[in-house]
Amino acid sequence: MEKFVYLDNAATTKISEEVLKEMLPFLQESYGNASTIYSIGRESRSAIEKARKQIATAIGCLPQEVFFTSGGTESDNWAIQGTARRLARKGKNHIITTNIEHHAVLHTCEMLEKQGFEVTYLKVDSEGFVSAKQVEEAIKDTTCLVTVMYANNEIGTIQPIKDIGKICRDKGVWFHTDAVQALSNVNVNVVEQNIDLMSISSHKIHGPKGVGVLYIKRGIVLDNIITGGGQERSKRSGTENVSGIVGFGYAITEAIRDMTEKVKNINILKNHLIESVLKIPFSSINGSLENRLCFNINFSFGSIEGESLLLMLDLKGICASSGSACTSGSLDPSHVLLALGKSHEVAHGSLRISLGKYTTKQEIDYLIEVLPPIVDRLREISPLWKN
Amino acid sequence: MLYTEKLMEHFTNPKNVGVIENPDGFGEVGNAKCGDIMQMYISVNDKEEITDIKFKTFGCGAAIATSSVATTMVKGKTIREALKITNKEVIEALEEIPAVKVHCSVLAEQALKSAVSDYYTKRGIDPTPIVGIIDESAAHH
Ligand SMILES: Cc1ncc(COP(=O)(O)O)c(C=O)c1O
Repeated sequence: MEKFVYLDNAATTKISEEVLKEMLPFLQESYGNASTIYSIGRESRSAIEKARKQIATAIGCLPQEVFFTSGGTESDNWAIQGTARRLARKGKNHIITTNIEHHAVLHTCEMLEKQGFEVTYLKVDSEGFVSAKQVEEAIKDTTCLVTVMYANNEIGTIQPIKDIGKICRDKGVWFHTDAVQALSNVNVNVVEQNIDLMSISSHKIHGPKGVGVLYIKRGIVLDNIITGGGQERSKRSGTENVSGIVGFGYAITEAIRDMTEKVKNINILKNHLIESVLKIPFSSINGSLENRLCFNINFSFGSIEGESLLLMLDLKGICASSGSACTSGSLDPSHVLLALGKSHEVAHGSLRISLGKYTTKQEIDYLIEVLPPIVDRLREISPLWKN
Repeated sequence: MLYTEKLMEHFTNPKNVGVIENPDGFGEVGNAKCGDIMQMYISVNDKEEITDIKFKTFGCGAAIATSSVATTMVKGKTIREALKITNKEVIEALEEIPAVKVHCSVLAEQALKSAVSDYYTKRGIDPTPIVGIIDESAAHH
Protein backbone atom coordinates (compact mmCIF):
# COMPACT_ATOMS: atom_id res chain seq x y z
CA MET A 1 0.00 0.00 0.00
CA GLU A 2 1.10 3.53 -0.65
CA LYS A 3 2.26 5.50 2.35
CA PHE A 4 -0.35 7.68 3.98
CA VAL A 5 0.51 9.69 7.06
CA TYR A 6 -2.08 12.13 8.38
CA LEU A 7 -0.54 14.97 10.40
CA ASP A 8 -3.20 17.65 9.97
CA ASN A 9 -5.44 16.97 12.95
CA ALA A 10 -5.91 20.67 13.62
CA ALA A 11 -7.67 20.91 10.23
CA THR A 12 -9.94 17.96 10.84
CA THR A 13 -9.81 14.46 12.26
CA LYS A 14 -10.74 10.97 11.20
CA ILE A 15 -14.08 9.87 12.56
CA SER A 16 -13.84 7.31 15.34
CA GLU A 17 -15.20 3.83 14.48
CA GLU A 18 -17.37 3.84 17.58
CA VAL A 19 -18.81 7.23 16.77
CA LEU A 20 -19.67 6.18 13.24
CA LYS A 21 -21.34 3.04 14.52
CA GLU A 22 -23.54 5.10 16.85
CA MET A 23 -24.52 7.44 14.03
CA LEU A 24 -25.54 4.99 11.35
CA PRO A 25 -28.92 3.93 12.80
CA PHE A 26 -30.02 7.57 12.68
CA LEU A 27 -29.31 7.71 8.98
CA GLN A 28 -30.63 4.31 7.97
CA GLU A 29 -33.44 3.28 10.33
CA SER A 30 -34.43 5.95 12.80
CA TYR A 31 -34.37 8.81 10.32
CA GLY A 32 -37.42 10.63 11.67
CA ASN A 33 -37.64 14.38 11.97
CA ALA A 34 -37.18 15.12 15.66
CA SER A 35 -40.16 17.48 15.65
CA THR A 36 -42.65 14.70 14.85
CA ILE A 37 -44.67 12.66 17.30
CA TYR A 38 -44.41 9.16 15.81
CA SER A 39 -41.91 6.53 16.92
CA ILE A 40 -38.89 7.30 14.75
CA GLY A 41 -39.35 11.02 15.37
CA ARG A 42 -39.41 10.45 19.11
CA GLU A 43 -36.29 8.31 18.83
CA SER A 44 -34.52 11.16 17.07
CA ARG A 45 -35.66 13.59 19.75
CA SER A 46 -34.40 11.43 22.60
CA ALA A 47 -31.11 10.81 20.81
CA ILE A 48 -30.60 14.57 20.49
CA GLU A 49 -31.37 15.11 24.16
CA LYS A 50 -28.96 12.34 25.13
CA ALA A 51 -26.21 14.02 23.10
CA ARG A 52 -27.05 17.36 24.69
CA LYS A 53 -26.48 15.79 28.11
CA GLN A 54 -23.22 14.20 27.00
CA ILE A 55 -21.95 17.57 25.83
CA ALA A 56 -23.15 19.35 28.96
CA THR A 57 -21.31 16.81 31.12
CA ALA A 58 -18.15 17.18 29.09
CA ILE A 59 -17.95 20.97 29.35
CA GLY A 60 -19.49 21.33 32.79
CA CYS A 61 -22.78 23.07 32.02
CA LEU A 62 -26.50 22.33 32.04
CA PRO A 63 -28.11 20.58 29.06
CA GLN A 64 -30.36 23.64 28.54
CA GLU A 65 -27.25 25.70 27.94
CA VAL A 66 -26.20 23.60 24.92
CA PHE A 67 -27.40 24.70 21.47
CA PHE A 68 -26.59 22.69 18.37
CA THR A 69 -25.30 24.49 15.28
CA SER A 70 -23.70 23.56 11.98
CA GLY A 71 -20.18 23.89 13.39
CA GLY A 72 -17.59 26.15 14.93
CA THR A 73 -18.05 28.83 12.30
CA GLU A 74 -21.76 29.21 12.92
CA SER A 75 -21.28 29.15 16.69
CA ASP A 76 -18.74 31.98 16.45
CA ASN A 77 -21.04 33.96 14.18
CA TRP A 78 -24.01 33.47 16.45
CA ALA A 79 -22.13 34.40 19.62
CA ILE A 80 -20.71 37.57 18.12
CA GLN A 81 -23.51 38.78 15.87
CA GLY A 82 -26.18 37.65 18.32
CA THR A 83 -24.56 39.63 21.13
CA ALA A 84 -23.74 42.66 19.02
CA ARG A 85 -27.26 43.02 17.67
CA ARG A 86 -28.89 42.47 21.02
CA LEU A 87 -26.70 44.83 23.03
CA ALA A 88 -26.46 47.52 20.37
CA ARG A 89 -30.02 48.33 21.31
CA LYS A 90 -28.71 49.18 24.77
CA GLY A 91 -26.07 51.45 23.30
CA LYS A 92 -23.26 48.92 23.61
CA ASN A 93 -21.44 48.70 20.33
CA HIS A 94 -17.83 47.87 21.23
CA ILE A 95 -16.26 44.42 20.83
CA ILE A 96 -12.85 43.30 22.07
CA THR A 97 -11.00 40.46 20.38
CA THR A 98 -7.42 39.53 19.44
CA ASN A 99 -5.42 39.71 16.24
CA ILE A 100 -4.90 35.93 16.07
CA GLU A 101 -8.51 34.73 16.04
CA HIS A 102 -9.82 32.24 13.53
CA HIS A 103 -11.37 33.90 10.48
CA ALA A 104 -14.80 32.83 11.72
CA VAL A 105 -14.30 35.43 14.46
CA LEU A 106 -12.11 37.97 12.67
CA HIS A 107 -14.21 38.29 9.54
CA THR A 108 -17.37 38.50 11.62
CA CYS A 109 -15.86 41.35 13.64
CA GLU A 110 -14.73 43.07 10.45
CA MET A 111 -18.22 42.81 9.03
CA LEU A 112 -19.69 44.35 12.17
CA GLU A 113 -17.12 47.14 11.95
CA LYS A 114 -18.45 47.98 8.50
CA GLN A 115 -21.91 48.12 10.04
CA GLY A 116 -20.77 50.71 12.55
CA PHE A 117 -19.55 48.65 15.50
CA GLU A 118 -16.24 49.47 17.11
CA VAL A 119 -13.76 46.62 17.43
CA THR A 120 -10.52 46.52 19.44
CA TYR A 121 -8.05 43.91 18.20
CA LEU A 122 -5.70 43.16 21.08
CA LYS A 123 -2.18 42.39 19.91
CA VAL A 124 -0.55 39.19 21.06
CA ASP A 125 3.08 39.25 22.20
CA SER A 126 5.84 37.55 20.20
CA GLU A 127 5.03 34.24 21.92
CA GLY A 128 1.38 34.38 20.91
CA PHE A 129 -0.41 35.47 24.09
CA VAL A 130 -2.71 38.26 25.22
CA SER A 131 -3.04 39.03 28.91
CA ALA A 132 -6.05 39.56 31.12
CA LYS A 133 -4.64 42.99 31.83
CA GLN A 134 -4.83 43.96 28.15
CA VAL A 135 -8.48 42.93 28.17
CA GLU A 136 -9.14 44.88 31.35
CA GLU A 137 -7.60 48.03 29.92
CA ALA A 138 -9.62 47.77 26.73
CA ILE A 139 -13.02 47.36 28.38
CA LYS A 140 -15.16 50.50 28.40
CA ASP A 141 -18.77 51.42 29.12
CA THR A 142 -19.85 50.59 25.60
CA THR A 143 -18.19 47.15 25.50
CA CYS A 144 -20.75 44.44 24.75
CA LEU A 145 -18.50 41.45 24.20
CA VAL A 146 -15.00 40.12 24.75
CA THR A 147 -14.16 37.25 22.40
CA VAL A 148 -10.78 35.58 22.86
CA MET A 149 -10.00 32.14 21.49
CA TYR A 150 -9.17 29.42 23.99
CA ALA A 151 -6.30 28.04 21.92
CA ASN A 152 -5.01 29.07 18.54
CA ASN A 153 -5.46 26.82 15.52
CA GLU A 154 -2.14 27.67 13.89
CA ILE A 155 0.29 27.83 16.80
CA GLY A 156 -1.68 26.18 19.59
CA THR A 157 -1.04 28.85 22.23
CA ILE A 158 -3.53 28.71 25.11
CA GLN A 159 -4.84 32.05 26.39
CA PRO A 160 -5.44 32.87 30.08
CA ILE A 161 -9.17 32.19 29.71
CA LYS A 162 -10.04 31.88 33.37
CA ASP A 163 -8.46 35.26 34.21
CA ILE A 164 -10.02 36.98 31.21
CA GLY A 165 -13.39 35.48 32.16
CA LYS A 166 -13.00 36.75 35.71
CA ILE A 167 -12.37 40.30 34.55
CA CYS A 168 -15.36 40.20 32.21
CA ARG A 169 -17.56 38.91 35.05
CA ASP A 170 -16.37 41.69 37.34
CA LYS A 171 -17.08 44.30 34.69
CA GLY A 172 -20.37 42.77 33.61
CA VAL A 173 -19.24 42.13 30.03
CA TRP A 174 -20.17 38.92 28.22
CA PHE A 175 -17.23 36.67 27.46
CA HIS A 176 -17.12 34.37 24.45
CA THR A 177 -14.35 31.92 23.68
CA ASP A 178 -13.74 29.81 20.59
CA ALA A 179 -12.67 26.51 22.14
CA VAL A 180 -12.74 24.54 18.90
CA GLN A 181 -9.05 23.61 19.11
CA ALA A 182 -8.83 23.33 22.89
CA LEU A 183 -11.63 20.82 23.39
CA SER A 184 -10.33 17.29 24.10
CA ASN A 185 -6.77 18.56 24.57
CA VAL A 186 -7.11 20.56 27.77
CA ASN A 187 -9.70 20.54 30.51
CA VAL A 188 -12.42 22.87 29.22
CA ASN A 189 -14.97 23.75 31.91
CA VAL A 190 -17.26 26.74 31.43
CA VAL A 191 -17.94 27.22 35.14
CA GLU A 192 -14.34 26.98 36.35
CA GLN A 193 -13.18 29.21 33.52
CA ASN A 194 -15.84 31.92 33.83
CA ILE A 195 -17.11 31.47 30.26
CA ASP A 196 -20.46 32.91 29.12
CA LEU A 197 -20.47 31.77 25.52
CA MET A 198 -18.35 29.02 23.97
CA SER A 199 -18.00 27.57 20.47
CA ILE A 200 -17.00 23.96 19.91
CA SER A 201 -16.96 21.75 16.83
CA SER A 202 -17.38 18.03 16.35
CA HIS A 203 -15.04 17.29 13.46
CA LYS A 204 -11.93 18.35 15.37
CA ILE A 205 -12.47 15.65 17.99
CA HIS A 206 -13.06 12.58 15.79
CA GLY A 207 -16.74 13.34 15.29
CA PRO A 208 -18.58 14.06 12.03
CA LYS A 209 -18.29 17.33 10.11
CA GLY A 210 -21.02 19.94 10.01
CA VAL A 211 -22.08 19.94 13.65
CA GLY A 212 -21.09 22.18 16.51
CA VAL A 213 -22.39 23.70 19.69
CA LEU A 214 -22.75 27.14 21.12
CA TYR A 215 -22.84 27.06 24.90
CA ILE A 216 -24.96 29.95 26.15
CA LYS A 217 -24.88 30.56 29.88
CA ARG A 218 -28.30 30.64 31.50
CA GLY A 219 -29.58 34.18 31.72
CA ILE A 220 -27.87 35.35 28.56
CA VAL A 221 -30.16 36.06 25.63
CA LEU A 222 -28.74 36.50 22.13
CA ASP A 223 -30.52 37.65 19.01
CA ASN A 224 -31.11 34.75 16.66
CA ILE A 225 -29.19 34.73 13.42
CA ILE A 226 -30.95 31.75 11.84
CA THR A 227 -34.71 32.04 11.89
CA GLY A 228 -37.29 29.53 10.75
CA GLY A 229 -39.16 26.61 12.25
CA GLY A 230 -38.12 27.31 15.82
CA GLN A 231 -35.91 24.32 16.63
CA GLU A 232 -33.44 24.47 19.53
CA ARG A 233 -36.01 26.16 21.74
CA SER A 234 -36.73 28.82 19.14
CA LYS A 235 -33.15 29.96 19.12
CA ARG A 236 -31.63 28.15 16.18
CA SER A 237 -33.94 26.97 13.46
CA GLY A 238 -33.43 24.15 11.01
CA THR A 239 -34.25 20.43 11.12
CA GLU A 240 -31.76 18.90 13.49
CA ASN A 241 -28.77 17.05 12.07
CA VAL A 242 -29.62 14.02 14.20
CA SER A 243 -26.85 11.65 13.17
CA GLY A 244 -24.33 14.47 13.43
CA ILE A 245 -25.53 15.48 16.87
CA VAL A 246 -25.45 11.86 18.05
CA GLY A 247 -21.92 11.56 16.65
CA PHE A 248 -20.80 14.71 18.42
CA GLY A 249 -22.22 13.44 21.73
CA TYR A 250 -20.31 10.17 21.46
CA ALA A 251 -17.18 11.81 20.16
CA ILE A 252 -16.99 14.24 23.07
CA THR A 253 -17.60 11.50 25.61
CA GLU A 254 -14.90 9.33 24.08
CA ALA A 255 -12.50 12.27 23.77
CA ILE A 256 -12.84 13.32 27.39
CA ARG A 257 -12.56 9.71 28.57
CA ASP A 258 -9.31 9.19 26.63
CA MET A 259 -7.81 12.64 27.06
CA THR A 260 -5.16 11.97 29.71
CA GLU A 261 -3.79 8.96 27.86
CA LYS A 262 -3.85 10.72 24.50
CA VAL A 263 -2.09 13.85 25.78
CA LYS A 264 0.61 11.70 27.37
CA ASN A 265 1.29 9.78 24.14
CA ILE A 266 1.20 12.85 21.94
CA ASN A 267 3.65 14.69 24.20
CA ILE A 268 6.19 11.90 23.81
CA LEU A 269 5.83 11.97 20.01
CA LYS A 270 5.90 15.75 19.94
CA ASN A 271 9.14 16.03 21.92
CA HIS A 272 10.79 13.46 19.69
CA LEU A 273 9.65 15.32 16.57
CA ILE A 274 10.75 18.75 17.76
CA GLU A 275 14.16 17.53 18.84
CA SER A 276 14.80 15.90 15.47
CA VAL A 277 13.40 18.59 13.21
CA LEU A 278 15.23 21.43 14.93
CA LYS A 279 18.49 19.79 13.82
CA ILE A 280 17.72 21.16 10.36
CA PRO A 281 19.74 24.41 10.05
CA PHE A 282 17.72 27.63 10.19
CA SER A 283 14.62 25.93 11.49
CA SER A 284 12.54 27.33 14.31
CA ILE A 285 9.26 26.96 16.13
CA ASN A 286 6.56 29.61 15.92
CA GLY A 287 4.79 30.48 19.14
CA SER A 288 5.57 29.60 22.72
CA LEU A 289 6.30 26.01 23.67
CA GLU A 290 4.78 26.62 27.10
CA ASN A 291 0.99 26.87 27.47
CA ARG A 292 0.48 25.32 24.09
CA LEU A 293 -1.78 22.53 22.85
CA CYS A 294 0.18 19.30 22.94
CA PHE A 295 -0.68 18.24 19.41
CA ASN A 296 0.26 21.44 17.57
CA ILE A 297 3.75 22.16 16.27
CA ASN A 298 4.46 25.03 13.90
CA PHE A 299 7.90 25.10 12.29
CA SER A 300 9.49 27.59 9.95
CA PHE A 301 12.34 26.80 7.62
CA GLY A 302 14.27 29.79 6.34
CA SER A 303 14.42 30.44 2.59
CA ILE A 304 11.68 28.07 1.48
CA GLU A 305 8.02 28.52 0.79
CA GLY A 306 5.33 26.50 2.51
CA GLU A 307 3.22 25.35 -0.39
CA SER A 308 6.14 23.77 -2.22
CA LEU A 309 7.07 22.07 1.04
CA LEU A 310 3.53 20.69 1.40
CA LEU A 311 3.56 19.43 -2.19
CA MET A 312 6.83 17.60 -1.61
CA LEU A 313 5.45 16.07 1.59
CA ASP A 314 2.25 15.09 -0.23
CA LEU A 315 4.35 13.26 -2.82
CA LYS A 316 5.67 11.24 0.13
CA GLY A 317 2.14 10.61 1.37
CA ILE A 318 2.28 13.08 4.27
CA CYS A 319 -0.64 15.46 4.94
CA ALA A 320 0.27 18.68 6.77
CA SER A 321 -0.51 22.37 6.60
CA SER A 322 1.18 25.75 6.14
CA GLY A 323 0.55 29.41 6.82
CA SER A 324 1.80 30.26 3.35
CA ALA A 325 -0.46 32.54 1.31
CA CYS A 326 -0.22 30.17 -1.62
CA THR A 327 -2.05 27.42 0.21
CA SER A 328 -5.05 29.59 0.92
CA GLY A 329 -5.25 31.44 -2.37
CA SER A 330 -5.25 34.72 -0.45
CA LEU A 331 -2.76 37.52 -0.79
CA ASP A 332 -1.14 37.40 2.58
CA PRO A 333 0.57 34.74 4.59
CA SER A 334 -0.84 33.70 7.95
CA HIS A 335 -2.14 36.64 9.99
CA VAL A 336 -1.20 34.68 13.10
CA LEU A 337 2.49 34.39 12.24
CA LEU A 338 2.62 38.04 11.19
CA ALA A 339 0.97 38.94 14.52
CA LEU A 340 3.91 37.29 16.29
CA GLY A 341 6.14 39.76 14.46
CA LYS A 342 7.56 37.14 12.09
CA SER A 343 8.84 38.27 8.70
CA HIS A 344 6.91 37.46 5.54
CA GLU A 345 9.61 34.99 4.57
CA VAL A 346 9.20 33.09 7.85
CA ALA A 347 5.41 33.22 7.60
CA HIS A 348 5.45 31.91 4.03
CA GLY A 349 7.84 29.15 5.04
CA SER A 350 5.83 27.67 7.87
CA LEU A 351 4.81 24.07 8.35
CA ARG A 352 2.10 23.09 10.82
CA ILE A 353 2.22 19.51 12.00
CA SER A 354 -0.73 18.48 14.14
CA LEU A 355 -0.66 15.08 15.77
CA GLY A 356 -3.69 13.05 16.77
CA LYS A 357 -4.77 10.08 18.80
CA TYR A 358 -4.06 7.75 15.89
CA THR A 359 -0.52 9.09 15.23
CA THR A 360 2.22 6.50 15.71
CA LYS A 361 5.93 6.65 16.43
CA GLN A 362 6.57 5.02 13.01
CA GLU A 363 4.75 7.87 11.31
CA ILE A 364 6.78 10.50 13.13
CA ASP A 365 10.00 8.65 12.32
CA TYR A 366 8.97 8.59 8.67
CA LEU A 367 8.42 12.37 8.69
CA ILE A 368 11.77 12.89 10.41
CA GLU A 369 13.41 10.81 7.67
CA VAL A 370 11.84 12.50 4.64
CA LEU A 371 11.71 16.12 5.77
CA PRO A 372 15.41 17.16 5.83
CA PRO A 373 16.15 16.17 2.21
CA ILE A 374 13.01 18.01 1.06
CA VAL A 375 14.11 21.17 2.85
CA ASP A 376 17.60 20.82 1.32
CA ARG A 377 16.19 20.35 -2.15
CA LEU A 378 13.94 23.42 -1.96
CA ARG A 379 16.78 25.49 -0.58
CA GLU A 380 18.93 24.54 -3.57
CA ILE A 381 16.26 26.08 -5.78
CA SER A 382 15.76 29.16 -3.58
CA PRO A 383 17.46 32.49 -4.30
CA LEU A 384 17.18 33.34 -0.60
CA TRP A 385 19.40 30.46 0.44
CA LYS A 386 22.96 31.75 0.72
CA ASN A 387 24.96 28.77 1.98
CA MET B 1 -5.37 17.36 -8.19
CA LEU B 2 -4.45 20.98 -7.72
CA TYR B 3 -1.80 20.79 -10.44
CA THR B 4 -1.42 18.94 -13.75
CA GLU B 5 1.04 16.10 -14.13
CA LYS B 6 3.10 18.26 -16.45
CA LEU B 7 3.38 20.96 -13.82
CA MET B 8 4.28 18.45 -11.12
CA GLU B 9 6.96 17.03 -13.42
CA HIS B 10 8.57 20.49 -13.69
CA PHE B 11 8.14 21.03 -9.96
CA THR B 12 9.76 17.76 -8.90
CA ASN B 13 12.44 17.82 -11.62
CA PRO B 14 12.93 21.46 -12.48
CA LYS B 15 15.21 22.16 -15.44
CA ASN B 16 17.98 24.78 -15.44
CA VAL B 17 18.13 25.41 -11.71
CA GLY B 18 21.18 27.35 -10.63
CA VAL B 19 23.20 30.45 -11.31
CA ILE B 20 25.55 31.59 -14.09
CA GLU B 21 28.77 33.25 -12.96
CA ASN B 22 29.23 36.57 -14.76
CA PRO B 23 25.98 36.34 -16.71
CA ASP B 24 25.31 38.53 -19.73
CA GLY B 25 21.98 39.36 -18.16
CA PHE B 26 20.42 38.97 -14.73
CA GLY B 27 16.87 39.69 -13.65
CA GLU B 28 14.91 39.43 -10.44
CA VAL B 29 11.19 39.96 -9.91
CA GLY B 30 8.75 39.47 -7.04
CA ASN B 31 9.46 39.81 -3.36
CA ALA B 32 9.28 37.80 -0.16
CA LYS B 33 6.22 39.72 0.96
CA CYS B 34 4.16 38.16 -1.79
CA GLY B 35 5.77 34.81 -1.32
CA ASP B 36 7.58 34.56 -4.63
CA ILE B 37 10.95 35.70 -5.86
CA MET B 38 12.28 34.65 -9.25
CA GLN B 39 15.83 35.18 -10.49
CA MET B 40 17.02 34.47 -14.02
CA TYR B 41 20.53 34.43 -15.42
CA ILE B 42 21.22 34.39 -19.17
CA SER B 43 24.28 33.91 -21.39
CA VAL B 44 23.93 35.48 -24.83
CA ASN B 45 26.23 34.98 -27.87
CA ASP B 46 26.99 37.56 -30.58
CA LYS B 47 24.05 36.34 -32.67
CA GLU B 48 21.87 37.37 -29.72
CA GLU B 49 20.98 33.75 -29.02
CA ILE B 50 20.34 32.70 -25.43
CA THR B 51 22.93 29.96 -25.12
CA ASP B 52 22.35 29.28 -21.45
CA ILE B 53 19.76 30.15 -18.86
CA LYS B 54 19.48 29.36 -15.16
CA PHE B 55 16.93 30.23 -12.52
CA LYS B 56 16.36 30.30 -8.79
CA THR B 57 12.88 30.62 -7.32
CA PHE B 58 11.44 31.04 -3.87
CA GLY B 59 7.77 30.27 -4.17
CA CYS B 60 4.97 27.79 -4.52
CA GLY B 61 4.83 24.76 -6.79
CA ALA B 62 3.47 26.80 -9.69
CA ALA B 63 6.20 29.42 -9.33
CA ILE B 64 8.93 26.79 -9.49
CA ALA B 65 7.29 24.94 -12.39
CA THR B 66 6.64 28.07 -14.47
CA SER B 67 10.26 29.18 -13.98
CA SER B 68 11.49 25.80 -15.10
CA VAL B 69 9.27 25.50 -18.15
CA ALA B 70 9.96 29.11 -19.21
CA THR B 71 13.72 28.47 -19.17
CA THR B 72 13.30 25.41 -21.39
CA MET B 73 11.19 27.44 -23.82
CA VAL B 74 13.74 30.20 -24.34
CA LYS B 75 17.01 28.28 -24.23
CA GLY B 76 18.60 28.31 -27.70
CA LYS B 77 16.24 30.97 -29.02
CA THR B 78 17.26 34.47 -30.06
CA ILE B 79 16.37 37.25 -27.67
CA ARG B 80 13.73 38.54 -30.07
CA GLU B 81 12.07 35.11 -30.30
CA ALA B 82 12.29 34.68 -26.57
CA LEU B 83 10.62 38.01 -25.89
CA LYS B 84 7.63 36.90 -27.95
CA ILE B 85 6.85 34.14 -25.47
CA THR B 86 3.88 35.15 -23.37
CA ASN B 87 2.68 33.94 -20.03
CA LYS B 88 -0.20 32.24 -21.91
CA GLU B 89 2.30 30.06 -23.71
CA VAL B 90 4.03 29.28 -20.44
CA ILE B 91 0.67 28.13 -19.07
CA GLU B 92 -0.07 26.10 -22.20
CA ALA B 93 3.24 24.34 -21.82
CA LEU B 94 2.05 23.18 -18.39
CA GLU B 95 -1.42 22.39 -19.84
CA GLU B 96 -3.13 24.57 -17.26
CA ILE B 97 -2.64 26.20 -13.90
CA PRO B 98 -5.18 27.23 -11.26
CA ALA B 99 -6.53 30.77 -11.71
CA VAL B 100 -4.95 31.99 -8.46
CA LYS B 101 -1.56 30.92 -9.82
CA VAL B 102 -1.66 32.78 -13.13
CA HIS B 103 0.51 35.49 -11.58
CA CYS B 104 3.32 32.91 -11.35
CA SER B 105 3.38 32.59 -15.14
CA VAL B 106 3.43 36.39 -15.44
CA LEU B 107 6.33 36.40 -13.02
CA ALA B 108 8.26 33.96 -15.24
CA GLU B 109 7.67 36.14 -18.31
CA GLN B 110 8.72 39.26 -16.40
CA ALA B 111 11.83 37.61 -14.96
CA LEU B 112 13.05 36.82 -18.45
CA LYS B 113 12.32 40.36 -19.64
CA SER B 114 14.16 41.71 -16.64
CA ALA B 115 17.24 39.62 -17.51
CA VAL B 116 17.11 40.77 -21.16
CA SER B 117 16.80 44.41 -20.03
CA ASP B 118 19.89 43.98 -17.93
CA TYR B 119 21.69 42.50 -20.95
CA TYR B 120 20.89 45.58 -23.08
CA THR B 121 21.58 48.03 -20.29
CA LYS B 122 25.03 46.48 -19.81
CA ARG B 123 25.67 47.12 -23.51
CA GLY B 124 24.63 50.74 -23.28
CA ILE B 125 21.41 50.12 -25.20
CA ASP B 126 18.13 51.48 -23.86
CA PRO B 127 16.07 48.30 -23.29
CA THR B 128 12.67 49.93 -23.07
CA PRO B 129 11.85 50.10 -26.84
CA ILE B 130 12.81 46.43 -27.19
CA VAL B 131 11.63 44.87 -23.96
CA GLY B 132 8.89 47.25 -22.93
CA ILE B 133 8.20 48.22 -19.37
CA ILE B 134 8.81 45.46 -16.87
CA ASP B 135 5.59 45.22 -15.03
CA GLU B 136 6.86 43.96 -11.75
CA SER B 137 3.65 44.81 -10.02
CA ALA B 138 1.61 42.71 -12.44
CA ALA B 139 3.75 39.87 -11.31
CA HIS B 140 2.50 40.37 -7.81
CA HIS B 141 -0.81 39.08 -6.62
C1 LIG C 1 -10.23 27.90 16.19
C2 LIG C 1 -11.26 27.50 15.18
N1 LIG C 1 -12.44 28.13 15.17
C3 LIG C 1 -13.40 27.80 14.30
C4 LIG C 1 -13.22 26.81 13.36
C5 LIG C 1 -14.32 26.49 12.41
O1 LIG C 1 -15.01 25.36 12.79
P1 LIG C 1 -15.92 24.57 11.74
O2 LIG C 1 -14.99 23.97 10.76
O3 LIG C 1 -16.64 23.55 12.56
O4 LIG C 1 -16.86 25.57 11.14
C6 LIG C 1 -11.99 26.14 13.33
C7 LIG C 1 -11.70 25.09 12.34
O5 LIG C 1 -11.42 25.33 11.20
C8 LIG C 1 -10.99 26.50 14.26
O6 LIG C 1 -9.80 25.89 14.26
